[in-house]
Amino acid sequence: MKRTILRTAMAASVAAVASLPLALSASAQDTIKVGILHSLSGTMAISETTLKDVMLMLIEEQNKKGGLLGKKLEAVVVDPASNWPLFAEKARELISKEKVASVFGCWTSVSRKSVLPVFKELNSILFYPVQYEGEESERNVFYTGAAPNQQAIPAVDYLMKEEQVKRWVLAGTDYVYPRTTNKILEAYLKAKGVKAEDIMINYTPFGHSDWQTIVADIKKFGSAGRKTAVVSTINGDANVPFYKELGNQGIAAKDIPVVAFSVGEEELAGVDTKPLVGHLAAWNYFESIKDSKNDEFIAKWKAFTKNPKRVSNDPMEAHVIGFNMWVKAVEKVKSTDPDKVIDALPGIEAPNLTGGISKMLPNHHITKPVFIGEIKGDGQFDVVWKTDGLVPGDAWSKELEGSKDLVADWVDKKCGNFNTKTNKCGS
Amino acid sequence: MRVHARWAAVVLGLSVMLAGSFGAAGQSLAQSYESAVAKFAGDSYNDTDAAISGVAASGNPRAAALIEALQDGRLLFSEDKRVYLRDRGGKLLEASSGEPADAATLPALKPVRINNRIRRSIEAALGGLSLLAAEPAKRLEAAQAVFKSKDGKALPALETAIGKESDGNIKRALEEARAAVLLSQSEAKEGDKLEAVSIIRRRGDQDARGLLAGLPGEQPDTVRRAVADAIGDIDNRLAAWNVVQNLCYGLSLGSVLLLAAIGLAITFGVMGVINMAHGEMVMLGAYTTFLVQEVIRGSAPALFDYSLAIAIPLAFLVAALIGIAIERGVIRFLYGRPLETLLATWGISLILQQAVRTGFGPSNREVGAPHFMAGAFELGGLTITWNRLWIIVFAGIIFVVLLAALRFTTLGLHMRAVTQNRRMSSAMAIPTGRIDALTFALGSGIAGLAGVALSQIDNVSPNLGQGYIIDSFLVVVFGGVGNLWGTLVGAMSLGVANKFLEPYAGAVLGKILLLVLVILFIQKRPRGLFALKGRAVEA
Repeated sequence: MKRTILRTAMAASVAAVASLPLALSASAQDTIKVGILHSLSGTMAISETTLKDVMLMLIEEQNKKGGLLGKKLEAVVVDPASNWPLFAEKARELISKEKVASVFGCWTSVSRKSVLPVFKELNSILFYPVQYEGEESERNVFYTGAAPNQQAIPAVDYLMKEEQVKRWVLAGTDYVYPRTTNKILEAYLKAKGVKAEDIMINYTPFGHSDWQTIVADIKKFGSAGRKTAVVSTINGDANVPFYKELGNQGIAAKDIPVVAFSVGEEELAGVDTKPLVGHLAAWNYFESIKDSKNDEFIAKWKAFTKNPKRVSNDPMEAHVIGFNMWVKAVEKVKSTDPDKVIDALPGIEAPNLTGGISKMLPNHHITKPVFIGEIKGDGQFDVVWKTDGLVPGDAWSKELEGSKDLVADWVDKKCGNFNTKTNKCGS
Repeated sequence: MRVHARWAAVVLGLSVMLAGSFGAAGQSLAQSYESAVAKFAGDSYNDTDAAISGVAASGNPRAAALIEALQDGRLLFSEDKRVYLRDRGGKLLEASSGEPADAATLPALKPVRINNRIRRSIEAALGGLSLLAAEPAKRLEAAQAVFKSKDGKALPALETAIGKESDGNIKRALEEARAAVLLSQSEAKEGDKLEAVSIIRRRGDQDARGLLAGLPGEQPDTVRRAVADAIGDIDNRLAAWNVVQNLCYGLSLGSVLLLAAIGLAITFGVMGVINMAHGEMVMLGAYTTFLVQEVIRGSAPALFDYSLAIAIPLAFLVAALIGIAIERGVIRFLYGRPLETLLATWGISLILQQAVRTGFGPSNREVGAPHFMAGAFELGGLTITWNRLWIIVFAGIIFVVLLAALRFTTLGLHMRAVTQNRRMSSAMAIPTGRIDALTFALGSGIAGLAGVALSQIDNVSPNLGQGYIIDSFLVVVFGGVGNLWGTLVGAMSLGVANKFLEPYAGAVLGKILLLVLVILFIQKRPRGLFALKGRAVEA
């Protein structure tokens, strides 16, 4: 342990000494480096490889437009291999060794938590593109994915109003995102008058593949004579066997709809979706949304990957928005200096791919529209409902005790967890 | 309210049809049909919903076909708000008149969109419209739809249908539908309701329980008591079925474990090689299945139902050949050094995973289910899915064939001989090196077969094998190393124990409890359920 600290200290001092000439030579080289921190191997490669590709495409495109501040952008890709501690190491490598101006990366909450100290210590910028459980706002991180109030809460509202759901199954994979989201949802449902006996909460391990008992339990729970729905925070790999079992046991969407927060176009690519038609997903973007910006993006994406069947999804859009915001902020302050860019980002606007303009908020979250889509037979989604305008992301949930008094404001209060009751920074 | 109006209209329409009086009333109904059809072009769910009730109420003979087309996404509308219908043969028709239309002269057509609410309306409307359909399957479906929608205005149509029905099953479904309708009406007679409760009670499944539990509050006392009784009775019956269900699910999970572990029982159990790349052999089998299906989809779609049968020998060969390569290339230099073998095979597993990830991409690949493996069937209070049932059968067949191969073939004899005493076998002119390679190939090949089966229930992704490797070792160690029967009993008991624990402890805790139990068991019997005895153990 001691040795690691020593080594880190040494590395830091070496880096500090080396940084002067390096900074000079960097301007001479005329490139701005952008770090891409996504797993290209291991369990998460299934989701994260796509995000690496989308970043490469965005950087290539920006270079075709003449780069940034008159310099070319250069992508630095590292592979943290779905290994959480390795994320921190690779982040350090990107910032200290490669001197990247900002980093786009991470997928799971645990990988984000793992790199946080590194970004704070070395004062760099991370753009995090995935919907997550909230309850966090850090100065060095910009959250371009959905907070719970931009995905989970509107989805539950939709089920209550449109489908008249009275009984709720909250099914999730056993880790921090589903547990926190379900805690928020449970509090929200109870506040809406749903009784405890009408909520069933179920957790399964990562990669769970035998869903017979749980699907049978859901069926049983649904036979109490009141409309039942499943709110699924089941993660990635476990979804395919879950949906296969639902289809095979004949749970149709018109009887017990399932609304999922982690199932998008990419996840459905491995499933025959015909038995799943009508089940729902809540996202801030769907590939099927008709908009000129989206059409253009999809065409470019298919050309870039040279694969006409390649689908696009929500976290990809989050990277597009995040990247464009970063470019605008850098152009605004004419520098890639992290402190200047961090201060410039709140208030920056960038178009999203569904016809709106998203804005970076002082709490480092962005405004997004919320869509509810039904699964179609071809693996795409048909949007059946959307919010009227854009929903601003809440860093701290209004539903949870201990979190509802907190606000994040990096512009006026310079604080990620300002307590409005005690008027102090820090809970 | 709207639902009531719809049913009133349906019944009206039916009675008009039955009476055969297509006079002035028919005229106005035709108009209402046309105006209802026009609403489909409104491109809003409310309009579509209204259109469905209008069409269902119109009594038009084309109504059922039109609503079916809507259900299948074959109902289209154009920019200029005209509605067209593509019939099952692919011919384009004008929806309101039924006249053929020429697709070439029309502007771009968009399908009428549906969501879950519309799907429920469609189901209810079709239920009402096809209670008297010619095909028995449709009548049954209609009865079930009315059972779900339980709307009072369907009652006269139901009575007519019950009177005419000759098929016992459908008649029962119709009577259950009538009972459901009667129970949810407040004005029905007490005697009728009591009879209805007993009909529903006889049905006795989860839907019946759901219906009884969800009845409106204002019921006569006798009915309320009967309902409570019936729910208690159904609950008892379901609880009994629950035990059977856990047992079935346990056997099904056990058969999956058996499939994954049985190849390992050969390589680890018989040869003593700790093969961490075993899971990747399973994955390669699954990817072989995917490739076979790709080729079939591209060149001979008619053969799709046979794709798994074609994939079985190929998956065996692919995995077996790679197994031979691993054995000859790496493992044979490491016999007798279990730790080095473990590390080397773990490395191989990573190499294979990343190779597949590079070759096929990181995302899941779709392996379709042949016709006979899709869906489920009801057996008493059980829902058994066909794919699980076939996997149980498949696992059983592999087990028996493998057992026979080891017992009755020369290769099997040699394998057993080499396992028991390598030097003596060598002295008897058995080519031990070749036997090692073949044994490893057999174990790997069987893992490939497991991959074919697992492609039906799990992700086909580079990570497929990882999920099974720990469970496989658990089964083999628990069952007793070196004994196929031990693997069978081990897999089945772990599967059943898991499924009985899961409902009480949850999936996460259930698995932990199971591991604790196995640890305790291994403390007591370090060599597993079926320990090998005699000299072979010391070898």
